[in-house]
Amino acid sequence: MVTIDPIDVLGQNRSAKRARMQQLAQQFRVNVLDILHDKGTGHWGGAASAAELLVALYFDAMNVRPAEPAWPGRDRLVLSKGHASCMLYTVLAHRGYFPVEELNTFRQLNSRLQGHPCMRKTPGVEMSTGSLGHGLSVGVGMALAARVQKRSYWTYVVIGDGDLNEGQTWEAIMSGAKFRPERLVALVDYNKVQLDGPSSEIMPLDPLPDKFRAFGWNVAPECYDGHDIAAILESFDWMRAQQQWPVAIIYRTHKGRGVSFMEDSAYWHGSPVDDTSYEKARAELLAGLARMEAEL
Amino acid sequence: MTAATAAMRDAFGTALLELGATCPDLVVLDADVATSTRTSAFGKKYPERFFNVGVAEANMTDIAAGFATCGLRPVVSTFGLFLSLKCADQIRNIIAYNNLPVVLAGNYAGFSDSYDGASHQAILDISILRAMPNMAVIVPGDAVELRQALEFALKRNGPTYLRICRNPTPVLFDDAPPFEFGRVRKLRDGSDLTIAVSGVPTFMAIEAARRLAARGVSVDLLEVSTLKPVDAQALVESASKTGRVLTVEEHTIVGGAGGAIAEAISSRCRAVIDRLGIEDCFGESGDYVLLLEKYGISSLNIERRADALLERTRP
Repeated sequence: MVTIDPIDVLGQNRSAKRARMQQLAQQFRVNVLDILHDKGTGHWGGAASAAELLVALYFDAMNVRPAEPAWPGRDRLVLSKGHASCMLYTVLAHRGYFPVEELNTFRQLNSRLQGHPCMRKTPGVEMSTGSLGHGLSVGVGMALAARVQKRSYWTYVVIGDGDLNEGQTWEAIMSGAKFRPERLVALVDYNKVQLDGPSSEIMPLDPLPDKFRAFGWNVAPECYDGHDIAAILESFDWMRAQQQWPVAIIYRTHKGRGVSFMEDSAYWHGSPVDDTSYEKARAELLAGLARMEAEL
Repeated sequence: MTAATAAMRDAFGTALLELGATCPDLVVLDADVATSTRTSAFGKKYPERFFNVGVAEANMTDIAAGFATCGLRPVVSTFGLFLSLKCADQIRNIIAYNNLPVVLAGNYAGFSDSYDGASHQAILDISILRAMPNMAVIVPGDAVELRQALEFALKRNGPTYLRICRNPTPVLFDDAPPFEFGRVRKLRDGSDLTIAVSGVPTFMAIEAARRLAARGVSVDLLEVSTLKPVDAQALVESASKTGRVLTVEEHTIVGGAGGAIAEAISSRCRAVIDRLGIEDCFGESGDYVLLLEKYGISSLNIERRADALLERTRP
């Protein structure tokens, strides 16, 4: 099924690359769906939601050396919504951190690919997550470490609705405004659906940009489409032009993106992908991929 | 042993200040109790390496973890009560799971925040921290040992919980051989009974053993400052010799030093073990020494319990 060589994407000029990254994100959705169906475990909704964001970060924004994952000057990414692990692993594998074949061991005994990310097992994973609410605090620490050590790397933290339910995330937001760590970026994968239902019912978060602003963060003036690579790259252009830290960017996303009957559905937060749903979902994803190819 | 007293928290503050000069990677975090825990002196001298995060202990602990992943050596300082309970998830899932070299300084531990009452008294911190894989737990017996343990912890390749008393206690080890991680200190050689003591009550156990000796009871007195990993070999050696072990601690007897020592001994030799400590209850406000006494932590009660153990196990 693999139609795009991910490493080839890196070498392209930005407009060609943009279309290729869009396809890559969709292709990774197919890869993730295959794995979740095959293993009968894992979180589809949040993984599909973060596809374009993670692709844009690892294939455009981030200065990393996959062959040298501990390189001190690397940009850091903390996936605070750790349940999207399967998408992170898929991106990392195709970015060159570990063999793509290893994705097939996801969530299995003796695998380096744990149910939720583990920095001690998986090359490229910067912080173990899973219990929600930790990522932004850790990111504040990493970004402040750059100041203490006079380094200039970027620290990206991807947070979701669930993270923003946690009080600790707001502690981290307050401390971000106090210490103002340079090049710390919170990227909110704002799909507005949690495990038990819509966040409007479970724990309303709106008006989210105003809340970040009231807490003293430099918030992107618009909420970007988190499934449109062009929009994400535009948000990165805005981010790079900033002088006020830290920065928050909110992306409108859809949980379970790419499959009509799975989108915006709390059921598909973490339910196993059954055979019937799998066939239908895969066909939809492939049709989406074919449409993208045709548009090129 | 001298008659002088010193507070562990003061030794902690002084040590950080001095280590700041020789350890450029040292960063210190506090949660709005820097004046109390004595980290404020470090903060004044090294403001670029000091982070007062406000009353947000969980955030502080994870910020420290972020520092540690970048090669810095963070010391997280707050009251042991808050550190062990409010930050249990952060310590377990971020610091211990990832084996990050963070020093967790649990200040005002045991009953030492005496007047503030039960809400502030860390009496089950050891049970919690000891249960975490990768964690080292050190409960110093005096200010000298605290300083040495801190220096060790800053070099350890993994997380360390250091238990720190607020109040002045007798200086015991200024002329003694330095602290050795994972090793007990033999304070007295005896054959009738082992007393294994941890933390502040060490000076009480020394006193009790002296009185017992005057009455002809020979005590093998061990100070157990490293509760994880505990020195099983030395404990088993002593317990095999005496057949009776009295553990003493300023902590609940559920899972603390008594628990650690009993676990180490029970599968390796035959000995009757009695645990002296806080009897599965909360504390209250009051003078520190009177509070310790009321809850059974005194040299007199150690002596009494030693007698009772000897009586119970008389052949």
